[in-house]
Amino acid sequence: MKDFLNSWGLTLAMFVPLAGALVMLLVPKAKEHLHKVIALGTSLVVALIGVLLLTNFDYDNGRTLQFVVDKSWIPFINSRYIIGIDGISLPMIALTMLIVPLCIIYSWNHFPEPKNPKAFLILILILETGMIGTFCAQDLILFFVFFEVVLLPMYFMIGVWGGDKRRYAAMKFFLYTLFGSALMIISFMALYFLSDKVPVPGGGFAHTFDMRLLPMAAAGISTSAALWIFGGMFMGFGIKVPMFPFHTWLPDAHTQAPTVGSVILAAVLLKLGTYGFIRIALPILPHAAERWAPFIGLLAVIGIIYGALCCLAQTDMKRLIAFSSVAHMGFVMLGIATLTDFGINAAIFGMVAHGLITGMLFFVAGSAKERFHTLDIARLGGMLKQMPRMGWILGFSVMASLGLPGLAGFWGEFPAILSAYNPGGGLNVGLFRVYMVVAALGTVLAAAYLLWLFQRVAFGTPKEEFAHDPHVHDVSFTEYVAWVPMLVLIVVLGFFPNIIFHVTNPAVSNMVSAFTGTGS
Amino acid sequence: MNLLDKVWIVPAIMATSFLLILFFGKRAGTKATAAIGIAAVSICLVFSVVVAGQWINRVNHPPTGAALAADIKQANGLTPQTPNEVGSEVNAATTDSGETVATGDAQPSTEAQATTESQATTESQATTESQSTAAEGEHETVPPVVRTVTWFEIGPIHFEAGTLLDGLAAMMLVTVCIISLLVHIYSTEYLHGDERFTHYYAFLSLFTASMLFYVLSSNTLQMLVGWELVGVCSFALIGHWWEEKKNTDAALKAFLTNRVGDMGLIIGVVITFFAAGATSFNVLHINEYALSGGANTTLLLVGALCLFGGVTSKSGQFPLHTWLPDAMAGPTPVSALIHAATMVVAGVYLIARLYAVFFQGLGIGSSSLHYVAFIGGFTTIMGGALAFVQTDLKKVLAYSTISQLGYMVMALGVGAWTAGVFHLFTHAFFKACLFLGAGSVSHACHHTFDMREMGGLRKHMKVTHITFLVATLALAGIVPLAGFWSKDEILAGAAQGQGGGAYTLMLVFGLITAFMTAAYMGRAYWMTFWGEYRGHGTPHESPKVITVPLAILASCAVVFGFLNFPTNFFGLEIPKGLTVRFEHYVQPTFAFPAVQAIDFRPVIAIISTLLAGAGLAAAYIYYERNKGPHGLTGRNRAARAGYTFLENKYYLDTLYTDIIAADTKGPLARAAYWFNQNVLDGIVDGAASVSKKVSVFVYRDVDQLVVDGVVNGTGLVSEESGQFLRRMQTGKVQQYAAILFAGVVVLAGVLVFVV
Amino acid sequence: MLINQFLFLGAILFCIGVYGVLARRNLVLVLMSIELILNAVNINLVAFGAMWHATDPANLSGQVFALFVIAVAAAEVGVGLALVLMIYRNRQSIDADDVDLLKG
Repeated sequence: MKDFLNSWGLTLAMFVPLAGALVMLLVPKAKEHLHKVIALGTSLVVALIGVLLLTNFDYDNGRTLQFVVDKSWIPFINSRYIIGIDGISLPMIALTMLIVPLCIIYSWNHFPEPKNPKAFLILILILETGMIGTFCAQDLILFFVFFEVVLLPMYFMIGVWGGDKRRYAAMKFFLYTLFGSALMIISFMALYFLSDKVPVPGGGFAHTFDMRLLPMAAAGISTSAALWIFGGMFMGFGIKVPMFPFHTWLPDAHTQAPTVGSVILAAVLLKLGTYGFIRIALPILPHAAERWAPFIGLLAVIGIIYGALCCLAQTDMKRLIAFSSVAHMGFVMLGIATLTDFGINAAIFGMVAHGLITGMLFFVAGSAKERFHTLDIARLGGMLKQMPRMGWILGFSVMASLGLPGLAGFWGEFPAILSAYNPGGGLNVGLFRVYMVVAALGTVLAAAYLLWLFQRVAFGTPKEEFAHDPHVHDVSFTEYVAWVPMLVLIVVLGFFPNIIFHVTNPAVSNMVSAFTGTGS
Repeated sequence: MNLLDKVWIVPAIMATSFLLILFFGKRAGTKATAAIGIAAVSICLVFSVVVAGQWINRVNHPPTGAALAADIKQANGLTPQTPNEVGSEVNAATTDSGETVATGDAQPSTEAQATTESQATTESQATTESQSTAAEGEHETVPPVVRTVTWFEIGPIHFEAGTLLDGLAAMMLVTVCIISLLVHIYSTEYLHGDERFTHYYAFLSLFTASMLFYVLSSNTLQMLVGWELVGVCSFALIGHWWEEKKNTDAALKAFLTNRVGDMGLIIGVVITFFAAGATSFNVLHINEYALSGGANTTLLLVGALCLFGGVTSKSGQFPLHTWLPDAMAGPTPVSALIHAATMVVAGVYLIARLYAVFFQGLGIGSSSLHYVAFIGGFTTIMGGALAFVQTDLKKVLAYSTISQLGYMVMALGVGAWTAGVFHLFTHAFFKACLFLGAGSVSHACHHTFDMREMGGLRKHMKVTHITFLVATLALAGIVPLAGFWSKDEILAGAAQGQGGGAYTLMLVFGLITAFMTAAYMGRAYWMTFWGEYRGHGTPHESPKVITVPLAILASCAVVFGFLNFPTNFFGLEIPKGLTVRFEHYVQPTFAFPAVQAIDFRPVIAIISTLLAGAGLAAAYIYYERNKGPHGLTGRNRAARAGYTFLENKYYLDTLYTDIIAADTKGPLARAAYWFNQNVLDGIVDGAASVSKKVSVFVYRDVDQLVVDGVVNGTGLVSEESGQFLRRMQTGKVQQYAAILFAGVVVLAGVLVFVV
Repeated sequence: MLINQFLFLGAILFCIGVYGVLARRNLVLVLMSIELILNAVNINLVAFGAMWHATDPANLSGQVFALFVIAVAAAEVGVGLALVLMIYRNRQSIDADDVDLLKG
């Protein structure tokens, strides 16, 4: 079994969703129930593979890549099919494998207009392939392929099933992210050509795209070239995160996307950017990272405050949650920018926590939209009276989102603030302590906009418009099934953060040792 | 069975109660819900009392030798260190026993050696201590009982979670449990018929669990968790009747104001962590670092001030106290439990727990004025002044709480540790009694708290009246009730100082406030219970469920003062085993700075009692006898200006809510959003529209014109040349023949002449 | 032996024939001019044949070739006249300038 997993586990995890999608292509459009079953079944099979991976992962050796497959793919450019996971990728993959089935369950009874379960679910499955592939890839070209694969399904999801301004939002999302990716691929190619040649299986030396070998092979790149290369990757990943000021695609994409699209976008797709930083940019070019880090930290804390301020000005609930994503990812990027094990562990935890929490918030918003047909905060109110359970879940998610200790969000924020006190890599301590104070201020603003939202939406009495609306019913069965795992996980991770830290710590410590003079 | 290391069970019981009520309460009904809550708290109370008893036993028979060393090791987590003695023996111990305080740099290989060394030395030390400290009141070093588990690991460090039990924690356990139990019982009647009964009890349980978790925390990170959790419960309970906006506004205000202070708390936790070597959040570890010789006092100062930021908001110090009066929007039992007795003292507890950091950082032992003491003193006066202009009985009590919290902080600031903690203890009881009494009064007066609609209630509500009176006298500090002993010790502490001279300014603040406390409480008392009833209907006494807790609390207010009977009360000869019991059992002896014991000062005691009496008398004359300058604010502009200033709460609320908050969520947020949509998005959309224009240009002017032009041009050229050549086709054979012939001639010529 | 005079005659006849082909409008006259050209060629051929025969008695190529040309001319006149006849039937004219249907 272990051998089978070693050689096939990740490949299956990556491509089973695609296989499911292909099967669905053959099934006629009218057989909606069959489509749903196939989709859910496929995602559950992937989740099962995930469970097997989790149980067979060697946690003591979290720093080494496991389940590695290294096969020839494009010999001409020495790009190989290399996949593997370590302590950094594992939580991300687990998150993805959890979110997709929950999304499918959530959509079971309500697909957004124009309903077309076949196409919608196929797109979700292709997304899953792309997401898992990105997290598993250990070759730059392979990574790039999967990184781009997620763009098209999301474009269609927003553009076809979205809100009023969906065309604009979809186009903006696609082109903006692609623009970043274009710069990123140039960086990858620069890395390829400027790094040292490595021995190839089969004799000889060649440039490589292998992410495992590049840290050493790229050590000889000149500083100015490294800075430019890092800049290209910064654009590619930074737009995806999204970092201020490249975030403007996010509110539109989230607001116009259908609920499940928003959830997947917030929960996983944003993490592709930060994951790229941690997996590729930082290990391969540590010294360039040290030079870029203050700038990244600056943009991160600006994002925290700016995102919070924009949230306070919102009148649409989903747009508010979208801006809160900008603020939360600011904390993640701050953690990364400190180049310490505290910071990067916090970043990964924050990625998982944000995925669960903001995913929950978008789910609730989507349910509210479905019942009220509007997300205009001024028109909503008294949810705790009309739909007490949904109000409670919203309250719980709000508390988790503002970083309440005891829930998962805290462990994404507090260690990031802690790490900023003592940054690594020879970074300017005073500057990062200023960032630390600003980030702490950000927690106050986060509480402000979230609680204000909660007060307007959940407290008080229901507005006259909806007070007697029979469509406004409490949480339904499918919603419960979709949400309970996330809610439980938020609490469990809040009280037992070691579940994640235990996994990520070895890999992160390994990576951080590359920076000069690590802090704690 | 030793329960001291199993105290984690106490918050666990309350957490279980929370979960049970949360998931099954609605189905089980209100009676079962209340029963679950009350049963859980009762078990916790019993447990706490047993634990307290075991702690007392431990102090009376402290561990020695190997057990002592093992306890010390467990307390620190890793390296055994020589304990610090209290009193004036600090210098003596470090010089004559020749030991140095082992820092965290001790090598693991020498750990075993150090253990045996410290075993031997602490043994001898214990014996010499018990001999030489007989005069001090047997203050041997009694390490707290610490039990931890690994919580998570980052980098090379394993962070722990666990419990720390010493006198302070045991005292808090008992206090929280008693008051929580009484509030639980009281609430069955007070919230009878409330639509959210189970929700309320669920959060009461969660609050109690969080508060117990907080006081038992062994490290600052855990304290942070508990701190925020009690904040959430406060939020939920203040906004209990959330249909009305003013309740939810108050809840938001409480949470957000506390969040502002929490900024400081988080940064303070971070700073102390790094200052103490970035290896552990353990409070003993941090305290020992603070007391060690090589501590960075600047860093400690900054850390202490940041932590004090959290205290400022949570414990209602100036200027972040504004949420407390608004929090009265919640049900009265909540106000009693959370905003009088327990949650608001979390900040005071923080200072008490991390006292070494504050003591060393602020230099309490060598100054006569510093920030913490000043803020504490200023808060007492400021809060007291505001209590005079309130017509809502609960608001009077709220400002009184702010004022008393100021006393506690001031006490800790001037170095009178036991005084501050003792005041925390006594205040919990008489303030809870006052609040529950106010609830009882309101219960009878048709749920109003406006004192203008009360009056003459002493005739109708005997028990409530007597308990309220007793608690008022206790608060005012009339001998021999509890408040006298605790407040007097604080004043004596201010007068004595800690080596840097007397904290005179604080003493003055304290004495003025003593007068004010008695005066405004007298005002409240006389307006409520004397005179004629100004409301409608006939008030009647509340049921036993309400009055019995009141009686219990009042009795505590009478009796508990004697727990810390001073050693030299007017020269009376009192056996050693009966004096300063509270200090003996509660004040830490391990990782605790050398705080001088506070002597009883008869002069201060007499002055403060006279002032309190004068205050009560002044209130009597003004409000009951209606003598004095009534209507002064109508006649005198200065008086009216002062009154308006007080009525508007020093315009702080205006500043916070109308200026800062409104501007942030209004213009500032909108500006940021405008920037986002018009500048950032403007650039993006602008890039798009520029791209479109460029593409139109490229298409129309370049592609169509130039590139296609070339393509079309070639066609044109072909066509034109074709047209031109076509003219050669005349269709006339003879012409063709002529051309043919000409060509042949040329060819022939070429052939003949060239070739 | 010298055959200049025969060549001259042939050349003159040829030129007259070419002139006729190129410049005469009447198609029959064009055909006659073609005959002239062919006969001029015949004279040339015979003359050169005679010259060669004087040096090599077995060589009668010139005269043989001339016979070929006469046969071809005859065939060509036959076809040509038939063509002219058809043109006349279709166009009622045998003016060369009128037959310009292939004009571009």
